[in-house]
Amino acid sequence: MSAAVTADVAPLGRMLVTQTRFQLLTRLRIPAFSVLSLGMPVMFYALFNAIYGGAKQNGVAGSEFILVSYSTYAVANVMVYNFGIGIANERGRKLDLLQRAMPLPPVVAAVAQVLAALLFAFIALVILFAFAFLVGGVRLGAGTWLDLLWRLMIGSFPMIGLGMAIGYGVGANTAPAVVNVVYLPMAFLSGIFFPLKLMPDFIQRIGHTLPTYHYAELGWNVLGGGVADETVTTALLWLAGWTVVLLAIAVRIYRLDESRKFS
Amino acid sequence: MQAAAVELIDAHKRYGHVEAVRGVSLAIHPGELVAMLGPNGAGKTTSINLMLGMRKPTSGRARLFGLDPEDRRARSRCGVMLQESGVPDTLTVRELLDLFGSYYPHPMAPERAIALAGLEQQAKQQAGKLSGGQRQRLYFALAVCGDPEVIFFDEPTVGMDVEARRAFLHTIREFCREGKTIVLPTHYLEEADQLAERVIVIDRGVVIADATPAEIKSSVVGKRVSFTTTRPLSEGDLTGLRYSRLEVDKERVRLFSNAPETLLRELFRRGVDIHDLEVVGADLEEAFLALTAEAEKATVA
Repeated sequence: MSAAVTADVAPLGRMLVTQTRFQLLTRLRIPAFSVLSLGMPVMFYALFNAIYGGAKQNGVAGSEFILVSYSTYAVANVMVYNFGIGIANERGRKLDLLQRAMPLPPVVAAVAQVLAALLFAFIALVILFAFAFLVGGVRLGAGTWLDLLWRLMIGSFPMIGLGMAIGYGVGANTAPAVVNVVYLPMAFLSGIFFPLKLMPDFIQRIGHTLPTYHYAELGWNVLGGGVADETVTTALLWLAGWTVVLLAIAVRIYRLDESRKFS
Repeated sequence: MQAAAVELIDAHKRYGHVEAVRGVSLAIHPGELVAMLGPNGAGKTTSINLMLGMRKPTSGRARLFGLDPEDRRARSRCGVMLQESGVPDTLTVRELLDLFGSYYPHPMAPERAIALAGLEQQAKQQAGKLSGGQRQRLYFALAVCGDPEVIFFDEPTVGMDVEARRAFLHTIREFCREGKTIVLPTHYLEEADQLAERVIVIDRGVVIADATPAEIKSSVVGKRVSFTTTRPLSEGDLTGLRYSRLEVDKERVRLFSNAPETLLRELFRRGVDIHDLEVVGADLEEAFLALTAEAEKATVA
């Protein structure tokens, strides 16, 4: 009897793995997403490394500093563009309708989206790291590479919230515009493209509150020396706060979208 | 008696000020093949959405195998083909079947679903590269890949060529023979007539007919009498005659009546010059028009 009961539904674990795998594959095969997410960070890194890579930044090699900068850019890009605009596109093409009629719990579908985005970001980082190692001549200890990797993963959670809020909140046509209005200023004021210190005082103060800034700080901190302005703990606390705020907004928007369509 | 596979119990659905479904009760039993007909905006789609748990009734209840339609155990026994929904364009036919199969506890082998849909040649093609008809067959494969007990086919043959359509209708009949329950919302009255043993007609948010195609045809309009006249009919020719609907197309006159003999006798007696006389049982399309027209009269009155 119990065997019959357990066979009533498909195992959720298997469902999540399959859903994540195909979600990732779907995104990887869309050139607009894969080229933008995997190629752009490498391109920017190569460019800025060629210009500033030789200079030291507070005792840290420029090539390492720039690598960390564009690593945070790479992950944030995946979360906002790939994940956010991707969801808006899928909703626009009503991919969520048929899925909603399936025995796939909506929460499994949403978690799979997040996991696929993390995996996509992971792939983007591995490519960028390999490029920096092979072409940029960056040599970090094995421990430092791993340390950088997990910081970039953990620190990306506010961006997941932002991507999700945009993806479920606006239509496919408006999503790119919203991303540019909301996210681009955040990226510019994070200090990864140019030092925030060059900006007027009040802009610096705005920049210092943004999740992108603390995300970059969390990354730079790995390099030691004086390249980071704040401690790991401070950066993590800021990022945790932003995660709570942005995820709460995202979940609220997601629920609104759900209840509009499916109640 | 066996429990109903699909059930709506006095279901109402209101969107803002519009009441799309106004008290629909129906039960579809295992092994039945039921067509659902209704003009656009009649509440047909909303009724289907209620059955599938895609929408929640404002009042009343929807049940799938006696469970809430949102219950995963109910959904695991149910396959769906939805007209307006898409699938990821960059996955291949085979990959999509692996994906959708993973949602179900006992999916059929993907090869079998591919064969049933006749997509062997396209198995490795990405969904975005399929033609309209092939895409339709893909949706069909996805609907059956979980080997479900009840299958909803929403307007399944739209965009299919004649050959594909015939093969598709054949497969549906096979499914029915295997004991599967099939719900078929359709615009093609002809399809419903050929396939279904039961037709549910929904109009203005209520069920206005629920019977076999034959019953619906005979009870509502009976026969269609058509003929050509040498001179145009005048008002007086038809006064007092019993017919439900009149269509005049140049010289061709079409009347619908439950008593064609009486009607014709009277026309001959009045000296109407009749050529090319034809008396046939009305088809479902005509029945449907008559039914919805009647419902309209009832609401106006």
